[in-house]
Amino acid sequence: MQRIGVFVCHCGTNIAATVDVEAVAEAAKSVPGVVFSADYPYMCSESGQDLVKESVQKYNLTNVVICSCSPRMHEKTFRKAVESIGMNPYMLEIANIREQCSWVHKDKEEGTEKAIMLMKAACAKATLNTPLTPGMLPVTKRALVIGGGIAGMQAALDIAEAGYEVDIVEQKPTIGGKMAQLDKTFPTLDCSSCIVTPKMVDVGQNDKIRILSYSDVEEVKGYIGNFDVKIKRKARYVDEDKCTGCGLCTEKCPMKKVPNEWNLELDTRSCVYIPFAQAVPKVATIDPRYCLKLNKGTCGICSKVCGVGAINYEAKDEIIEEKYGAIVAATGFEIADISRYDEYAYGQSPDVVTSLEYERLMSAAGPFGGHLLRPSDHKEPKKIVFVQCVGSREEESCKGGKEYCSKVCCMYTAKHAILTKDHYPDTDIYVFYIDVRTPGKLFDEFYRRAVEQYGVHYIKGAVGKVTPHKETGKLEVQGYDMILNEQMHIDADMVVLAAAVEPSHTARRMATMLTAPMDNNDFFTEAHAKLRPVESATAGVFLAGMCQGPKDIPETVSQASAAAAKVIGVLAKDQLVGNPCIAHPDELMCNGCSQCAGVCPYGAITYVEKEFRMPNRTTKMRRVAQVNEAVCQGCGACTVTCPSGAMDLRGFSNNEIMAEVDALCL
Amino acid sequence: MVYSYFPGCTLKNKAKDLDAYGRRSAEALGFTLEEIPEWQCCGGVYPMNKDEIAVRLSSVRALAYAKDHDQELITMCSACHNVIKQVNNDMAHDEYISEHANNYMKSEGVEYHGETKVVHYLEVLRDEIGYDKVKEAVRNPLKGKKIGAYYGCLLLRPSDVMAMDNAENPSIIEDLIKAMGADPIVYAQRNECCGGYLTLEDKAIPEKRVKTILQNAKEQGAEMVITACPLCYYNLKKHAEGTGVEVKYFTEVLADALGVKEEN
Amino acid sequence: MASNYDVTKEEIEEIAGVNPLRCMRCGRCSAACPSFDNMKYHPHQFVAMVENGEIDALMESESSIYKCMSCMACIERCPRQVQPARLIEAVRLAVVRKQGQNHLTPDDIPALLDPDLPQQALVSAYRKFTK
Repeated sequence: MQRIGVFVCHCGTNIAATVDVEAVAEAAKSVPGVVFSADYPYMCSESGQDLVKESVQKYNLTNVVICSCSPRMHEKTFRKAVESIGMNPYMLEIANIREQCSWVHKDKEEGTEKAIMLMKAACAKATLNTPLTPGMLPVTKRALVIGGGIAGMQAALDIAEAGYEVDIVEQKPTIGGKMAQLDKTFPTLDCSSCIVTPKMVDVGQNDKIRILSYSDVEEVKGYIGNFDVKIKRKARYVDEDKCTGCGLCTEKCPMKKVPNEWNLELDTRSCVYIPFAQAVPKVATIDPRYCLKLNKGTCGICSKVCGVGAINYEAKDEIIEEKYGAIVAATGFEIADISRYDEYAYGQSPDVVTSLEYERLMSAAGPFGGHLLRPSDHKEPKKIVFVQCVGSREEESCKGGKEYCSKVCCMYTAKHAILTKDHYPDTDIYVFYIDVRTPGKLFDEFYRRAVEQYGVHYIKGAVGKVTPHKETGKLEVQGYDMILNEQMHIDADMVVLAAAVEPSHTARRMATMLTAPMDNNDFFTEAHAKLRPVESATAGVFLAGMCQGPKDIPETVSQASAAAAKVIGVLAKDQLVGNPCIAHPDELMCNGCSQCAGVCPYGAITYVEKEFRMPNRTTKMRRVAQVNEAVCQGCGACTVTCPSGAMDLRGFSNNEIMAEVDALCL
Repeated sequence: MVYSYFPGCTLKNKAKDLDAYGRRSAEALGFTLEEIPEWQCCGGVYPMNKDEIAVRLSSVRALAYAKDHDQELITMCSACHNVIKQVNNDMAHDEYISEHANNYMKSEGVEYHGETKVVHYLEVLRDEIGYDKVKEAVRNPLKGKKIGAYYGCLLLRPSDVMAMDNAENPSIIEDLIKAMGADPIVYAQRNECCGGYLTLEDKAIPEKRVKTILQNAKEQGAEMVITACPLCYYNLKKHAEGTGVEVKYFTEVLADALGVKEEN
Repeated sequence: MASNYDVTKEEIEEIAGVNPLRCMRCGRCSAACPSFDNMKYHPHQFVAMVENGEIDALMESESSIYKCMSCMACIERCPRQVQPARLIEAVRLAVVRKQGQNHLTPDDIPALLDPDLPQQALVSAYRKFTK
């Protein structure tokens, strides 16, 4: 006979304000099987947990029902508590009377009624709970980092520092990411490449780190501790091991008119190229879209001039297969498409640029060697207008904008203004803003410096139209000053648009492979917004950098190091405790139809021919389902698909679920 | 392809050219404009309110006619297009307007919920005929002619409903200009308002607007601008003096290029 | 707020189908407005003043309600779907719906005609200025 204890949490006023917790505890007393019930202000506190433990011992409880917050929050806490006194943790059940009850109801009577129903349902299930024992899983002690920007590099370095091997998969020919394209960083004005390129070198020279550049993750299978990953190494037509990065091929290549993505296509590069001087790995890559040899069978100059015979026109894409124990997603961001905001004339004048393009224009390694010139006529701009929030803070229904604040624009615009004024003091700078958002150490001080020390004109308002004038070469900016309540017309030489950031376009594909959840904006979702901000909900997958949401460099680096710590925590274990709540077939009922194998997202179900005893000492061979317990994640898709009811989920058996439903409905 | 054609009031009077050249060009390009019998004026401007139903009914009648005949509804006038397409959107998505309009229409035996596809003549050229075909059909290529498109506001806005082109950097007319063998001139003011009906309120307002627009077109190199809106045409023409920019309906230039322009 | 016209902000919001609370005070509507200099109250002010219930002032401002070109630039460029032009239209309607408040009468027309004036101009002005 089961002896159930029911414990009702107030959660301060979170639950108690909308649910009469005492009434819930009182109602529990008349539920069949319940021998003890109590309420308590904070059940998750140490004294609350003690109350549970003492009551289990005092009343010889066989099952515990906690009426509290979501099991995602504290199921682990309470399972650990009862386990410490010898109870099987899977004999504990949570009734979620906070997120699914008190937080969504206003009326206390209704709230209480619903809480009682949820409590009864949990008791009904608890009655049928059986002790479960998790299996142990081995751990492959290597990590995969997807993305070689500052987030991926930092995560890889920290993991390697702890002694584990790391592979970085980077889709571009070099690591470094967006940070390598920045000129300076706010608010200290450190030279970005001066701080990021040593990091790139550290990564390149680290024995534990292997850089798989110019590569894509193609397939991810498996689970925490045991991921099987297929990686496509795109043909770069240059042997990475042989190439010394001397650059002779890039000099001699006759195809020099290839848009240079490193400089955001503000200039051109050769077809065989090394993205920039400090690239890591410093090896050349042939761009197959433009190569005369590959497309027309002519030329072949790079092969002739290469002293080490590294050029290989016959190279093919290659798939390699690797095993990893943990994965860090660090897929980064891109600048959102702003073609629908062409009232700013980005598509109509080369002198209207995005802020990232402005970084390249200012950079010493940029198209004009650090001399700020405008793209159209290579003249120094004397009047520059910056427009904030282009595509950010927009309702999606308006031109498909981003509802979120891109977070870094206010600060980088202040940086652009200060740097420009520093180098060219007679430049007139206007910044049209909705709000100036500067939360961060020394951030507001930095912005104030732009206004007070440098005399940058910050205008609360917006730009409504930019009209390029061919004759004068000016951009007529029609703006609105909300403080003066005046429309103004500025004849600018350049307009710089703080375009929204958005997750890398590869992120969705990656998330699907990793079975990692994303939000509506395609940012990876963290397992818990407050308490697990660097973990994906998928075990063994961790998050770093912009792929999880807009953030600046120090935040990215912090998150990357935190993700690395989590990875190390996984890799440091020899074995991992598995999840016992997994599917298992009743072989006598299984008719071998294969429908469960078809729906299993993890490939955990296979079929075997098995001999079964039949009446009169006969036997029969039958085809039945088999679940790989290490691979099964307990999602339950198979159990609802199985037409004969043979597939069941431990801890969430059909009987248990039906008992809950009965308790709610009967 | 046969379309239910809604000419609109002005195309029967002051903008006969827009209509006649459009019809001839359609014939030359192989699509047919079947005028909706007893169409009623669209009202010229879309009622930007939720509580006036009767003013939407002329559009609903035309739309329902097209639906009955299993045809798409085509317009040449930007204003008609704007009104009818927005009303169509109301009928499909605004429950209040749709319900009340249908209550009115009951006595005429009509029930309508936005089923008809509303297309502008330009969209037919681009999406149905295709500019490649238009190019092939051109008899008198307008070689070297520098033409700016003038969109005004009504063809493109609001873009979530009109959905014809990028409302801030459109190309549907520029691509037509190219197909006709001329050089399209892109200028930023091509989607800024000409002043519209304020010509009846204060002539100085459209005058200032038009000067800004045509000067912009001129300095970007345009010798001519073409439009699909009779009111834009009027305002532009009225205040074009001194700018040296010619103003024409797009259909006139098209008919010219196709070699079907005869004297009206 | 006492009103000379018995028109409430709720009525204006309902006629317009606009919720001014969606506005985030960016000013893009007034930055885009081609009739800005002709108007006493500008598109963003219509939003703020309707939100504050200052309907009378808007209704009394002929230079605001009759100078809007209905070009929808403010609607097109608003990042929050506020649709200021609809509020301007609603205030204008609240005025012309009052008896004797037509801004354009048939008697005005002959003086305004010129040989090229398209029908569209008259029809549109009638829709905008009269009831």
